[in-house]
Amino acid sequence: MNAARKLSCLVLLAVCAAALAANWLAPAGYAKQFRDVPNAPASRQHLLGTDDIGRDRFARVLYGTRISLLLAPAAALVSTALAALVGGLAGYMGGIWLQMARGFTDLFLSLPWLFLLITVRALMPLNVSPLVSVLITFLVLGLLGWAASARVLSTSADAVRNSDFVLQARASGLHGPRLFLIHVLPNLKPVLYAQFWISIPVFILTEANLGILGLGVAEPLPSWGSLLRELEGLISFREQPWRLVPLLLLVVVMTSFQLLLSNEEVTA
Amino acid sequence: MSWKLSLWRTTQRLARKLTVIAALVLLGGLLSATLVRMAPGFDSDERELDPSLSSESVRALRLSRAGEHNVFSFYMNYLRGAIHGDLGISHALGQPVKTLLRERWPVTVRVVGVGLLLAWLLALSLAFATCLGRRPAYEIFGITTSGAFLCIPAAVLALLSVILDAPGYLAIALIVFPKIYRYSHNLLAKAYGLPHITAARARGLSEVRILAWHVLPVAGPQMIALAGISVSIALGASIPVEALCGLPGIGQLAWQAALSRDLPLLVNLTLLVTLVTLLANSGADVMIHMLRPREEA
Repeated sequence: MNAARKLSCLVLLAVCAAALAANWLAPAGYAKQFRDVPNAPASRQHLLGTDDIGRDRFARVLYGTRISLLLAPAAALVSTALAALVGGLAGYMGGIWLQMARGFTDLFLSLPWLFLLITVRALMPLNVSPLVSVLITFLVLGLLGWAASARVLSTSADAVRNSDFVLQARASGLHGPRLFLIHVLPNLKPVLYAQFWISIPVFILTEANLGILGLGVAEPLPSWGSLLRELEGLISFREQPWRLVPLLLLVVVMTSFQLLLSNEEVTA
Repeated sequence: MSWKLSLWRTTQRLARKLTVIAALVLLGGLLSATLVRMAPGFDSDERELDPSLSSESVRALRLSRAGEHNVFSFYMNYLRGAIHGDLGISHALGQPVKTLLRERWPVTVRVVGVGLLLAWLLALSLAFATCLGRRPAYEIFGITTSGAFLCIPAAVLALLSVILDAPGYLAIALIVFPKIYRYSHNLLAKAYGLPHITAARARGLSEVRILAWHVLPVAGPQMIALAGISVSIALGASIPVEALCGLPGIGQLAWQAALSRDLPLLVNLTLLVTLVTLLANSGADVMIHMLRPREEA
């Protein structure tokens, strides 16, 4: 592992640790309002100042990081499982099944991602409790983000199906789900891991986009999307530079993922 | 004779592509109609809450939606209307969807078109400079710049363009540029790394000649395919850019429709954008096919 990847790993671990320790590190809860100091500048009491309704921005960044960094992997897990089911099975079965799966994934991939996402998100109720909105947002991401991974997995599963050891297993009388579970799926593990890790930064960015557009996690729960939405009221960078901290944190995390995954993307 | 055969094959391919597009759009439409029909709250109408309406009026309102209960009849009604140019009425804006599309489409075409052009210019200039310059500094600059833009959400780039008073098409260009740069740089680097290009350089061929005769034929087809895909990326980017920069285009309309759960409008928009994306990808595919026989000849 080179120095850049080690550093990225350390940064991600530090950010995750800070997010998980939000209960102890944050000076207040994410929804606690300091009504006498709304829009306060950065100070010793409020490290990143307070927002329009007096909530501590530092606390919201910590809790928001926790939500985004915990739920993006959960959504990635859902999408990878779906990709394994659609792509892996189609590649294993081959023939018309593989062609049909590829046609379906191509149709899915030809839809502009954000258009599809906001359409499906709008089909779900918008006026729901914050917790339900978190679940809906990340579930929609997980359920719609499987197509690219499925395309890669179908190709890999097709290659495994035609490999010598699978042919030998078939000749020995192994068929159906047993052959898939014992010989095909374990050989798809590296691709599945790669697809899982690649999906995480994609989902983090997408949640941020949805949050800024007002279609993500509902208030008062914070997420990177809802925190970045605050940039909308910014007139200049010099005026309140601490408001850029969520963006900087997101860029640092995304850069760490990029450095960590540069090899995975090539393998996938 | 050969050109007639080539024309015939291209026409055949084009016809096949158009059939596939029509089938996909119809299938996509059915899927969308099913989703709309099954969405929570589809069967309720806000007007029913109006206390001034009599029970007969409420019954009449419910009767008017009776044909929409079956998803197939709902879709067939929609299709019948679409064939006659009636795409329905937007619930939120109270205007015919067709009128809204006609008004908004030119803005998106302009913003996405200029943004795409800028993105391609930026990406190709940087990719060629990196491959031709063969200096680590260019490579590092290209990777860092594209990497930085890949790390920033599209909506943040749109917000930054508002704060810096930059035009919307610049935000679209900066959203699309890193993806085009990364892919085209890889393609060009692979093409320039081929042994026959090293041999051509050793023989003293000019860089322009190497590019035109040896690099573009190798990297060109995939670049054209990338051009098709970049249309889809730019159309997706148009949602945050138009919504946050206040540009009255299709992207802003989709955002407004999503916020107000204007499902008929949203489905029409998604279908329209899918159709454009499919046409762009198929156009790229046909172009690649048209270029191939000439290379072989």
